[in-house]
Amino acid sequence: MKRKIASILIAFYLVLVSFVFAQTHSLSFKDEIYNPGILKPTDSVLKVKVGDKAPNFTLPCLSGKKISLHQFLGGKNVVLSFVPAAWTPVCSDQWPGYNLAKEIFDQYDAILLGISVDNIPTLYAWTRQMGDLWFRVLSDFWPHGQVASEYGILRSDGMAERALFVIDKKGIIRYIDVHNINERPRLEALVKALEELGQ
Amino acid sequence: MKYWPSLALSIFVFFCLWLPSSVGQAKAPAPGKLLPRFEIPPPQRPIDAQYLGVQDKESFWITDIDAQLVIIEIFSMYCPFCQREAPRINELYEKIESDPQLKGKIKIIGVGAGNSPFEVNFFRKKFNVPFPMFPDNDFAIHKTLGEVRTPYFIVVSNLPDHCPTVIYSKLGSIKNMDEFLKHISKKLSSEAQE
Repeated sequence: MKRKIASILIAFYLVLVSFVFAQTHSLSFKDEIYNPGILKPTDSVLKVKVGDKAPNFTLPCLSGKKISLHQFLGGKNVVLSFVPAAWTPVCSDQWPGYNLAKEIFDQYDAILLGISVDNIPTLYAWTRQMGDLWFRVLSDFWPHGQVASEYGILRSDGMAERALFVIDKKGIIRYIDVHNINERPRLEALVKALEELGQ
Repeated sequence: MKYWPSLALSIFVFFCLWLPSSVGQAKAPAPGKLLPRFEIPPPQRPIDAQYLGVQDKESFWITDIDAQLVIIEIFSMYCPFCQREAPRINELYEKIESDPQLKGKIKIIGVGAGNSPFEVNFFRKKFNVPFPMFPDNDFAIHKTLGEVRTPYFIVVSNLPDHCPTVIYSKLGSIKNMDEFLKHISKKLSSEAQE
């Protein structure tokens, strides 16, 4: 009985504390960001691994064109940056950092594809707040999260994980980071993964 | 022992009331208030240590900085507003350094909220930032300063034998650099008279 009460109290307290700390990381976009609070760090099971051929996909881009992964085969290394949702705190800070770091991607002959399960109009409005992005932003909205699902990073709530995949020019996955959804991946980890492509 | 559940409940209620309020206590420092204390990591570049006058220190605090006024910019490499503001803050630095009345009396530091040393260095190199910038990897300084959005500017009066006092605290771009410098320089001249 005592244990039961204690467990309930602790669980309730942790939920309360999580709510308090959930308010901490919203830095940009004034008051236009929806804060979902602290979420389960990861909520999916990967279906690919390092060394696998990356599943091909074709998705609509903000420009209106369709972009396929295999069009970069033999030409460019590809970084896929899946973010969970537009207008949320960590996601809104992640791509502007990559936007600043174009020279790093150029240095390793890589392109970046930003992918979210949001629809095109939402992604358009959201990314306009980031300024002019040099990389393509793709919508995995319909069929909902199909690409995220094929890679094994579609969460049970319909969002994608915060995940990075580095794919070499032969179409082989060389790096996977399914990150804690509540935190931004460090830039240096991605740089290290790109560095290792040449080794 | 039969009182254990009610005792546990009392402790629980106390903590529920205490922790969120203690976390929420950190607000953006307001003008006229003392700057909450935080530790700043040692500068990575000797030129930065020399600029601040904090050579040979493991970590330091605002009062260790050799200046009457300290401008603190809370930024993030990932914040598009901070990226746009960076060249303007460099201009502010140049204005201060080229004015014999201000040089040495007003100094600028940047604090990268949630940024690693790599990320801060990347930002610094990208924009050729001439003043010292420090990583705040785990948001420790950011939390102490009220978890402000970025870019956020705090100007601190840093008189010897006084606790550092906030004289300016605002979110967002500094609209008019000359007005801003004029405003904070008034504090400099009034301090000279004290």
